[in-house]
Amino acid sequence: MEKSDIINVSKNRGEKGNYVKPILKGLQFTMGNFFKKPVTIQYPDQKTVRSQRWRGLHKLNVDEKGELKCVACGLCAAVCPSQAITILAREDEGGTRHPEKFEVNELRCIFCGFCQDACPKSAISLTKIYEYVNYNREDFVFDISILKTTGEKWNS
Amino acid sequence: MSESKTVTLNMGPHHPATHGVLRVVLELDGETIVNATPVIGYLHRGIEKICESRTYQQILPLTDRLDYSAASANNLGYCVAVEKLLGIEVPKRAQYLRVIMAEFARIMGHHLWLGTHALDIGAMTVIFYAFRDREMIMAMNEEIAGYRLTPSFIRIGGVAYEATDDFIAKVRKFVAWFPKALEGYHQLLTDNKIWTTRTMNIGKISAEEAINHGLTGPSLRGSGVAYDVRKAFPYSSYGDFDFKIPIGENGDVYDRYLVRMEEFKQSIAIIAQAIENLPSGPVMTDNPLVASPSQPEVQTDISALIRRFMVNAKGTPVPSGELYSAVEGAKGELGFYLVGDGSEQPYRLKIRSSCFYLASALPRLLVGHMVADAIAIIGSLDVVLGEIDR
Ligand code: SF4
Ligand code: SF4
Repeated sequence: MEKSDIINVSKNRGEKGNYVKPILKGLQFTMGNFFKKPVTIQYPDQKTVRSQRWRGLHKLNVDEKGELKCVACGLCAAVCPSQAITILAREDEGGTRHPEKFEVNELRCIFCGFCQDACPKSAISLTKIYEYVNYNREDFVFDISILKTTGEKWNS
Repeated sequence: MSESKTVTLNMGPHHPATHGVLRVVLELDGETIVNATPVIGYLHRGIEKICESRTYQQILPLTDRLDYSAASANNLGYCVAVEKLLGIEVPKRAQYLRVIMAEFARIMGHHLWLGTHALDIGAMTVIFYAFRDREMIMAMNEEIAGYRLTPSFIRIGGVAYEATDDFIAKVRKFVAWFPKALEGYHQLLTDNKIWTTRTMNIGKISAEEAINHGLTGPSLRGSGVAYDVRKAFPYSSYGDFDFKIPIGENGDVYDRYLVRMEEFKQSIAIIAQAIENLPSGPVMTDNPLVASPSQPEVQTDISALIRRFMVNAKGTPVPSGELYSAVEGAKGELGFYLVGDGSEQPYRLKIRSSCFYLASALPRLLVGHMVADAIAIIGSLDVVLGEIDR
């Protein structure tokens, strides 16, 4: 490594013998901030806005007819690093595939967003919901009926 | 019956100043430490073993959870290793975005260190300001990646998404503002007599001993050894940027503090250069083995659809071979030793955790000091147990 790439940070360190002056200097900084508007907010009364890309609870999207877009291809389940998704497929009379069972275990999920990126039908997406509570762990295994309406429960 | 003069004190694993779940068994003679034994493993999740049954893409979110205070730097280290084994080139724009994310991760890690280190020693004010600024970086992570602490933004072959205008504006704002905040940290601590008394000449380690203990990162540089992976073996376009490596002289807690404080400044300088010279172009390689085709392509082109299934469900086959590749994480040299066997899953992934070496130097550093100094020394090494235990 070249000499010019290095800075010696402890060159001018010395035992600075004064207690009072540096403390006053520190207090000056504190007082300078004392009268500023606080940067903190009063959660949960106030909340910050989540970004467009926020990865929160899952949602299954529906098409214009109100049918699930999902074709139960299983790609989201295959790509999931924490094996949080379980899918069972069913074929209707026309030969179109639908999910018979679609479960997402939100406690296993690490919210990496891989399922949403992988889905070829844009059928699964992550919402902006980040605060969720339940009385039982089992209630965090979301089935189709919950996934279709994610958000209604916690956004009220 | 012999009479024992020493007292054994158990510090941790749930001691607030051990920064996670580090346990140190201290043997004391009065208040002087005569022996110290670090005990680790309380946060063991078996990440290295899990990696053997995951595809290369699926491992990525696990690397976030090594040194969780600087997650993007781990992502970068892992991706660089896999890309080297695959032999693929990452687009320039992605490399610059990676540098921005990794430097932000370093600043975030140092914020956590600064706040808690000062808090441990008794200076409570600093953590509020450090976390105020850390929050701004978290907001930027959220803007670009969608997650705050574990963004998983850097992916094999590039980065996950294009940077938004909002993100670039936020970065510019932060770069312009941060030097003033740094000035504030200095004002609170650097010349403060109480701070210097607690930190100067405490936990001294010479350059030679530091090397022998395998220390890297700021803890090594505090002893006066100018070794930084970013300069020594540049990766991800670090050669394009103009920055300096801060070193200390005395190898004590105070010098390690000064080194990290200067690293804040250098990191922000790198980010400023990267954001101003951000090249245009794609953010993901076009290598069909790695890149997942875009949504419009998948809708119209059957081969793209098949390719998406192959990349996501089956994974990317990585040629057999082994390599060691290291990056400069927030705590030191973070290395990935990767053995590929031609399949989509690594045969073995060994993580060289810098914090492990830092923790193993603890007995050497603690002996001879007072109990109260143990806190200062552990804090100055800045160990993160997620990385030690893995
Ligand atoms: S959600 Fe998407 S990826 Fe998952 S099974 Fe349905 S269509 Fe396939
Ligand atoms: S976000 Fe990630 S962990 Fe969660 S279900 Fe989707 S792929 Fe699995």
